[in-house]
Amino acid sequence: MSRLPRWIGWASWLGVVILYIPLLAVAILSFNSTRYGQQWGGFTLDWYAKMAANEAILSAAWNSLLLGVASTLIATVAGTLLAIGLHRTPWPRWFQRGSDLAINLPVVTPDIILAIALVGAFAVLREWSAVFKPGLVTLIIAHATFQISFVALVVGSRLATIGRDQVEAARDLYANTGQIWLRVLLPQLMPGIIAGALLAFTISLDDFVVSFFVSGPDSTTLPLLIYASVRRGVTPEIHALSTVIVAGTMLAIILTAWLQTRRDATPKD
Amino acid sequence: MTHPPADGRPLDLAIRAIDKAFGSVQVLRGLSLDIPDGQFVTLLGPSGCGKTTLLRIIAGFEAPDRGTVTLGAVDLLALPAHKRPVNTVFQSYALFPHLRCEDNVAFGLRSRRIPEAELRPRVREAMETMRITEFARRYPHELSGGQRQRVALARALVNEPEVLLLDEPMSALDAKLRHEVQGELKRIQRKYQITFILVTHDQDEAIAVSDRILIMQDGGIAQDGTPEQVYERPVSRFVAEFMGSANLLPARCAGTPVAVCGFGELHLPAPATWSEGHLAIRPEDIEVRQAQPAVNGVAGRISERLFRGDHWELLVTLGDSSTLRITTEPDQHHSEGEAVWLELPPDDLLVLRD
Repeated sequence: MSRLPRWIGWASWLGVVILYIPLLAVAILSFNSTRYGQQWGGFTLDWYAKMAANEAILSAAWNSLLLGVASTLIATVAGTLLAIGLHRTPWPRWFQRGSDLAINLPVVTPDIILAIALVGAFAVLREWSAVFKPGLVTLIIAHATFQISFVALVVGSRLATIGRDQVEAARDLYANTGQIWLRVLLPQLMPGIIAGALLAFTISLDDFVVSFFVSGPDSTTLPLLIYASVRRGVTPEIHALSTVIVAGTMLAIILTAWLQTRRDATPKD
Repeated sequence: MTHPPADGRPLDLAIRAIDKAFGSVQVLRGLSLDIPDGQFVTLLGPSGCGKTTLLRIIAGFEAPDRGTVTLGAVDLLALPAHKRPVNTVFQSYALFPHLRCEDNVAFGLRSRRIPEAELRPRVREAMETMRITEFARRYPHELSGGQRQRVALARALVNEPEVLLLDEPMSALDAKLRHEVQGELKRIQRKYQITFILVTHDQDEAIAVSDRILIMQDGGIAQDGTPEQVYERPVSRFVAEFMGSANLLPARCAGTPVAVCGFGELHLPAPATWSEGHLAIRPEDIEVRQAQPAVNGVAGRISERLFRGDHWELLVTLGDSSTLRITTEPDQHHSEGEAVWLELPPDDLLVLRD
């Protein structure tokens, strides 16, 4: 096989650098003691301290966390059941294809379309119950709506790697249906379920568009707070907050990738 | 687990008139079969002959369209797979990747909620029998193919099934290991004294391990016999070709004990029932002569000569340019191109069914 010219390698690294320069710039500014302008005024952690003392930021962080955990729990359970139902039931082929498409569609639907659809749906539901007034509940439902697809895709791809012979072997070894799930399928699915949940959590944490449309006055999330603050001018506090969010997201993504690539939990003896 | 009462042979497997189709493909056609308790039976046949389907019906992974399967007095078809006293060694082994070897072996006993105190010594014994004790704490992906296969066998045998089903268990092993495992299987079957049903498409493997071979063809049984019978006396052209052990001679016969082949006439031990069919003769039953023999002499020329270590293999081209395969003693020397007389003794000529 002929090797590619060296410049292609350098070009791809350049791509990675371009990708990360903005994030790096924000991270550097968050440690810069100069409040305005881009001059380097010395290293400081003041902005992180101020951020940690800011009531609005803490409240938004709490909202984001609550929203992320609640919607991820709902989406993980629902998405896992969806993947299992689709892959382990002898549906007709056309139904299988159709439902695969139905799961993939929300992943590629523009957020703004989903957001507007949700606003409409909640407006109708509000006719019956005040629970659907803009706030944490609508946020949780909205986030779970788009998270389910991601969980179902990740869990489904893991499920596809577990062969029919595993189920037959378990049945051959006297396991009933409940035992097959608890002792054979779920333990092998667990890395996929956790990876799906982490992915879903990340997406919830970063979501702006959908949250912007369905949140209420008391349910400001971190991305919404950043947006509101930026309109008054970007402060180093925001840089610090952004850096923390990016770091948290990256951590979750690295964890997700690690869970998906690792086949078995144990090292060799 | 059901234990045999003192009288009779209550654990004989009886398979009656099984039909099975997948869509428009008829896989088994009215297949009936009796397997006495403790026999080592091999279902041998090319792919698509229905052997694996029959195994899966016995295991409970497929339901037949018609027919019955009984083990002693028990109607197996009335039981779901997880309640049959039957265990399977899968072609892929199907070990549980998330469980250590010992937990794989213990899986069946845990399903039946056998107390740990009783379970542990049984698991240990099964692992000792299969010589895998040292791998107890390892995961399947840390084992070689041969080791995995032993775990799969231990995982099935620890349950003390009445019937052990083996679905091409050696197809993933290399030739040397396969030989070892064949010996091992035989040893284990004698130790446990249970019925083994092995599915394979490998004639040598079937001959090496079985008490009895069933050659399957198109969803039915083409021949049922001991390895010697099936190897030495194939009843049909299909069996003779599949076992690959005999020369096939197309012939015509007009009700007399004389058959007309392309290269000449042959005297038979008895008249054939067909007017047009096949004879078979094994390579070692054909004699090479310098002069024309009194009966069933055929002239030919040696076209190829191969040394096989313990014998010579000769390919002799006859007058009608058909070829016979012959084996001779290593001290018998012939050269390529040599003209020879062959003797096909009438008593060694097999008159096939078709």
